[in-house]
Amino acid sequence: MREVTQALIVENLVKSYAADRPPAVDGLSFTLARGQTLGLLGGNGAGKTTTIAMLLGLLVPTSGRITALGHDMATDRFAALARMNFSSPYISLPHRISVRENLTVYGHLYNVAGLKRRIAELAEELQLTDFIDRPAGELSAGQKTRVALAKALINTPELLLLDEPTASLDPDTGDWVRTGIERYREATGCAILLASHNMGEVERLCGHVLMLKQGRVVDEGAPSDLVARYGREDLEQVFLDIARGTRVGEAA
Amino acid sequence: MTDSLRRVWGLVYRHLALYRRSPPRVIELMYWPILQMIVWGFMTTYLAGVQNNVASAAAGVLLGGVLLWEAALRSQMGFSISFLEEIWSRNLGHIFVSPLRPGELVAGLMAMSVLRTLIGVVPAILLAWLLYAFNVFDMGPAMVLFFTALILMGWAVALGCTSLILRYGAGAESLAWSVLFGIAPFAAVFYPVSTLPGWLQPIALSLPAAHVFEGMRAALMEGRVAWGHLAAAYALNALWLAGTAWLFMRQLQQARTRGALLNIGE
Repeated sequence: MREVTQALIVENLVKSYAADRPPAVDGLSFTLARGQTLGLLGGNGAGKTTTIAMLLGLLVPTSGRITALGHDMATDRFAALARMNFSSPYISLPHRISVRENLTVYGHLYNVAGLKRRIAELAEELQLTDFIDRPAGELSAGQKTRVALAKALINTPELLLLDEPTASLDPDTGDWVRTGIERYREATGCAILLASHNMGEVERLCGHVLMLKQGRVVDEGAPSDLVARYGREDLEQVFLDIARGTRVGEAA
Repeated sequence: MTDSLRRVWGLVYRHLALYRRSPPRVIELMYWPILQMIVWGFMTTYLAGVQNNVASAAAGVLLGGVLLWEAALRSQMGFSISFLEEIWSRNLGHIFVSPLRPGELVAGLMAMSVLRTLIGVVPAILLAWLLYAFNVFDMGPAMVLFFTALILMGWAVALGCTSLILRYGAGAESLAWSVLFGIAPFAAVFYPVSTLPGWLQPIALSLPAAHVFEGMRAALMEGRVAWGHLAAAYALNALWLAGTAWLFMRQLQQARTRGALLNIGE
């Protein structure tokens, strides 16, 4: 009955785009329990985006199995997607329509009950009220990030996938967003998968991290354990060690 | 409202909100059908003046052809461009990771296609009536069947276009505007199928539109409903829709395998 406690189970996931190229993701396995935040770290091309795309059903794995909230993503992905959500600065919301209209669209797509009330709650929690009737394209980067987070929380997801949630934000806004994510997790017991290049953010939010390189997990553990194991001062130095191959960590 | 209908409504609402905030888009919907109607209206007025009896009957056929062809064109473009709007706004990723099923996506695009067709064609119908005293409803109730058959053909062609966009990316987007113009010479819009060379006639008769326009001419010039042509149009539409729906689902699955949905805007 591991589905009851595990929000996400990934088993031996492989994605190969071409036979003459190494796989983008190569034998990835991990679990994510409800109420936990798992960090997915790695340099550019390490396989993070490919992994997230497979977890969302946007990309079909070459082999392996993904079980999200008890649903096999190969055969029953829409049941899982209704209870999941996703935020990325690399995918926009329609610019010409207002924030309220955007949230209404996604509220309908996710069949959110009491949609007007839910939008009002999110507007209050994420401080969208001042610009909720402005076109999404006219907002600042910080405002857009808050709107993207509101869209990601519209269906009160049990599993949340966040790709660089604070990219290009100033430290104050970034901290504000991280606090919002923490509060949501504490209030709902949501499981969060976080891909980020901000090591401070990962140390703050994640109980466990996977270090990816060339599509494989090269190390994993709690951020503090990794820092201690590598004899470094922070996770950023551990990241550099792994990315540059200057020091090989012990197996987890 | 069922969950499925609500998701379809969500997609339609997104486009309605867009049109509400973008008057140029609404004007563009009406612009070409009205322009076409004006040009062909003056042409038919001129022809009717030159040669009275035959030409006045032909005038109705030409105007009917213009209006009905616009229905097919707007239907196809309404579907394809609504899909492209998601690519242009870089929103497709959010759509495909939502619980919206492919069939619901298609249903939402079809609903937008109908709305865009009505916005585009109804003003042209009114203009034909006001300026040139041509009432498309003179064809009788069969007119609704003609329009519906052409809207269905527009969807079939649009599903094919969208499949090519999924396969080749936004680089194939010009098909959304051009593909139906390529079919027009064989669709017997302004002349009977018998006008075409013998070897082209079977190709023309494989198009639902050719049967619709043969039926339209029978209604306008002979005052009868050509049920055989109407039945052929609907049967061909069923085949075309089945074929292009299969192609769409196949290309969607292949796009998910290739990772094309991650960068379809490029």
